Amino acid sequence: MRNTIVSLISIILGLVAGGILMLFIGSNPIEGYSYLLQGALKNLERIGNTLATATPLVFTGLSVAFAFRTGLFNIGASGQMLAGGLAATAVALTFDLSGPVNLLAMVLAGLVAGALWAFIPGLLKAKFNVHEVVSTIMMNWIAYWTIYYIVPGYFKGEFLETESKKLAESDTLRTPFLTEMFDGSYINLGLFLAVIAVIIIAFIIDKTTLGFELKAVGFNRFAAEYAGMKVNRNIILSMLISGALAGVGGVALYTGNASSIQIGILPSQGYDGIAVALLGANHPVGVFFAAVLFGILYSGTGFMNAMTEIPPELANTIIAIIIYFAATSVMIERLLNKFKAKKSNKEDKRGPVVEKGDS
Amino acid sequence: MWSIIEQIFPYAIIFTIPLLITALGGLFSERSGIVNIALEGLMVIGAFSGALSIHYLSGVLDNHTLVLWLGLLAAVLAGVLFSVLHAFASINLNANQIISGTAINLIATALTVFLARNITGSGNIRISSGFSPWDVPFLSDIPVIGDLFFTKTYPTTWLVLIILFASSFILYKTKFGLRLRSCGEFPQAAEAAGINVRRIRYSGVLISGAFAGLGGALIIVTQSGEFTGTVAGLGFLALASLIFGQWKPLGVLAATLFFGFASTIANVSQVIPELAVIPPILLKIFPYVVTLIALVIFSKSSQAPKAVGETFDSGKR
Repeated sequence: MRNTIVSLISIILGLVAGGILMLFIGSNPIEGYSYLLQGALKNLERIGNTLATATPLVFTGLSVAFAFRTGLFNIGASGQMLAGGLAATAVALTFDLSGPVNLLAMVLAGLVAGALWAFIPGLLKAKFNVHEVVSTIMMNWIAYWTIYYIVPGYFKGEFLETESKKLAESDTLRTPFLTEMFDGSYINLGLFLAVIAVIIIAFIIDKTTLGFELKAVGFNRFAAEYAGMKVNRNIILSMLISGALAGVGGVALYTGNASSIQIGILPSQGYDGIAVALLGANHPVGVFFAAVLFGILYSGTGFMNAMTEIPPELANTIIAIIIYFAATSVMIERLLNKFKAKKSNKEDKRGPVVEKGDS
Repeated sequence: MWSIIEQIFPYAIIFTIPLLITALGGLFSERSGIVNIALEGLMVIGAFSGALSIHYLSGVLDNHTLVLWLGLLAAVLAGVLFSVLHAFASINLNANQIISGTAINLIATALTVFLARNITGSGNIRISSGFSPWDVPFLSDIPVIGDLFFTKTYPTTWLVLIILFASSFILYKTKFGLRLRSCGEFPQAAEAAGINVRRIRYSGVLISGAFAGLGGALIIVTQSGEFTGTVAGLGFLALASLIFGQWKPLGVLAATLFFGFASTIANVSQVIPELAVIPPILLKIFPYVVTLIALVIFSKSSQAPKAVGETFDSGKR
């Protein structure tokens, strides 16, 4: 509950800051936001596009959130997405499968590739205590350059050197039934995969021994070790699952929303996943809603940009400011506490925790 | 072999210098106990403010060299201002330093492109020209060394090297340096000794903002000549160099030189026959793989500041 309030206040503050920015460049914020909402939600096609934009974010958000629960900071979701997307594209272009088997093989390939890409940082963390932030960043760049040479080398597009061959419609996660339902939107099966992932991850975290152990390692790895848990194994496992999620996110992005993989770009969804996880308070359901919010912001700004002078980077700016406020949630919590204390005229129980180190 | 080294040396140095100054900034921040993953964003801010002020000032002032130096100054100031966000979040509000840094990276890249698009339309800011290479008088006449080190150098290279040695001196030979290091190792003890931990950490983070801002602007005035909304991961590479260099100024120098040479070799490999036989993908991923290996090797004897990344709790034992 409290987390939700903090997140909501952060969102409001971020939107207010976005409005101030629009004023600053001489545009009308109310007009800007109304175009943004129209761009994201005006008709079925746009709603479909918004949900499709949110889909990879659900995956990367889950990926970051899951690792967070084990006390790991997976900043390498971008690289894991690239690995997953490349693996799925490779399967689609290499093997002559069709129908559900084909899609299943692609998703599995993406899942395994993402997991493998995260396995290395996990292993280095568990065995050598190498900080995962640095190692995942290195893995991001290794993925970036691998794609940079593998795609033109083996899966070159017909017209452009800088992207892979376009996948046939049947080789992507798009289905006629969804496309028709949403009036030609690029929404695809990735959304269903995302919902399934949310449910599975929520189940693992809240209802299984594995989830309990992973959280225990996150809270205090030494206490977990004394309690007889295999800390190193859990760290590697957590990174594997986190990477698998990001890998499937890559599949949804490159073979669902798009139908080719471009070189020279680290997908920004990987970094946005950090924002999504933080705003969703690291809970799968929260992650889902945070991703949808970001989907609205991203897909709405295109239309807003077409109708007004406001650059589309407004979405990123608002998101970044929301994250800064979410990161400094102590400030919001203090204000809330003050408000509460005034209201009930009693000392809030959480007071001392928040005031920690404030002498 | 010698001719290859001679050929790529200037390019490697141009690549190394922004990395070096940014990593040095990170050193001050982390030695004071604050993880600064925001280096990337601070570099972007520096590149943006540098390019923007040079873009505008070159229409006002005639002396182009002066304009360039003023641009660098603007970048330093912007870096300092922006790093206050990180300092405030991680020192006053006890925020998770990595998340705060990530937020600043996101804000920096988004905000600068947002503003640049408003100013120029395309989102890129071009400057008319950067620094021109310059031969150091007398020293460039020395055979071999003169050709390698003292011809066609940028004045900014010497500035950064001076900052490097000054930093080393400040860190190890002055009161401030000792205090800074103690805040990164055991802030409670530092506080008991009467040091204002928060103030020292603020200075650490602000110095990192100044240096990273300068680093970002150096890319504009020596390499690219154009702000494009990104510094292509150099800030993260600086962070890796800091760890690779084991949080020591000279270590950082060695690490950034390594990255400078490795990246330059990868970039020019296609035009140098001796290197063209190696698949470019290997050359490109080489620095990152070596960093991973180096992290494994150093993991046993890591010289990381003990308290880095922890929020300061003066009551903790």
